[in-house]
Amino acid sequence: MAGIVGYGAFVPRKRIKTEEIARQWGKNPEEIRKGLLLQEKSVPGLDEDTITISVAAGRSALKRAGIDPARVGALYIGSESHPYAVKPSGTIVAEALGIGPEVHVADFEFACKAGTEAMFVALGLVESGRVEYAMGIGADTSQGAPNDALEYSASAGGAAFLFGNKDLLVDVLETYSVTTDTPDFWRREGEFYPRHGGRFTGEPAYFKHVLMATRGLLKKANLKTADFRFAVFHMPNGKFPLAAGKELGFTQKQMETGWLVSTMGNTYSGSSPTGLAAILDVAEPNDRILLTSFGSGAGSDSFALRATDLLPQRRGRAPTVRSMLDGPRRYLTYGEYASFREKIILKD
Amino acid sequence: MPSPRYWREVPSRYRLEAARCLGCGKVAFPARRVCPHCRGERWENTALSQQGKIITATVVRVAPAEFTMEAPYAVAVVETPEGARLMAQVADCDPATVQPGMEVSLEFRLLRQEGHGGILCYGHKAVPAG
Ligand SMILES: [Zn+2]
Repeated sequence: MAGIVGYGAFVPRKRIKTEEIARQWGKNPEEIRKGLLLQEKSVPGLDEDTITISVAAGRSALKRAGIDPARVGALYIGSESHPYAVKPSGTIVAEALGIGPEVHVADFEFACKAGTEAMFVALGLVESGRVEYAMGIGADTSQGAPNDALEYSASAGGAAFLFGNKDLLVDVLETYSVTTDTPDFWRREGEFYPRHGGRFTGEPAYFKHVLMATRGLLKKANLKTADFRFAVFHMPNGKFPLAAGKELGFTQKQMETGWLVSTMGNTYSGSSPTGLAAILDVAEPNDRILLTSFGSGAGSDSFALRATDLLPQRRGRAPTVRSMLDGPRRYLTYGEYASFREKIILKD
Repeated sequence: MPSPRYWREVPSRYRLEAARCLGCGKVAFPARRVCPHCRGERWENTALSQQGKIITATVVRVAPAEFTMEAPYAVAVVETPEGARLMAQVADCDPATVQPGMEVSLEFRLLRQEGHGGILCYGHKAVPAG
């Protein structure tokens, strides 16, 4: 049976608080903190992007797996902020991780679910026996337009999952995936900032797909919500995942470990994968874990997982997500943030 | 056109690949042909740990044009546990706090861009450990 043999995550050390963004635009920070449940978010430095986050997360995944990187036969990176329009992020990440040249590489995109897409395909290739090990990464350094609601959430981070057939840290019990044509959020070629369909983003997009995928998974796996110790859903803001989970019958207790958005922000393709990494940092053997992503456009991938006896022995080999969220941080002013995110036009 | 030098240096820049002298055991980074310590010419491949200690550091306040947005920033000579030394920018900290003896991790970062539409050049920077 195929499963996760290594995992890792990375969150940049810079942060900006909700108050600081709200003050810039004359908004009431309390409304945003209570409305969206967002306290602060991570911000990438000028030297951080999807590639550097993927390398950091991938290195931790390889450390926890303890395998020779040359045995990794496939590497997929899901992101909506690949640094190059043409030239896969995976070419650089593979080289930095010591994977290849005998490796199949591709960059995936599907708004915020590109990371679980990469995981889904990596798992399938290992299961089929086509490759011995395959890595799926979700990472992003996404941008919200100034004074847009997305500016409070769009942040930076990611997680990497290495799939294999033996010495599993996590068993994959079942997967399920749904996709429909839903124009809730998009970015046309050449546009700098994405656009969203306002109220279109809730009911017909996020909730419809997250609920459909999760219910489909539970039915297919013949499991119920109470069979899981942990559940994590894509986190575009603080409210949506908790509301979706509640609707499905999950408790606050099942959701709190993976719910990182209030201090991390929405790391897009890295969002639910990083939530999963935070769960694997604390899960005990035989704990069942449910993950459902969401990508605008729109679709959801759902995974039913179970921690093995090996997980607690291996997780100490790399930093935990909590240590990155609660560890050394630097808080930016809006001015610093604007320059880091290249929102200021400079002379040549 | 992308710089051929950057591309040639990918193994040392991306993976910190180095060479250990089979004559005296010293590690050269980047790899070289002749050992500066024993003049030996036989080597084995090795990779530096992604960590080290700062030997000396300085703060760049007036930066070259492409780094003006990052100034002020610290640049340091870092020694890895293998005894190899490399120069690296020190990121994610107040440059005034970068002092000799400080423990650092070496993280994969974007070092520079070859102009607006050119290639992106990656390598390692030091960040405070822990
Ligand atoms: Zn020598």
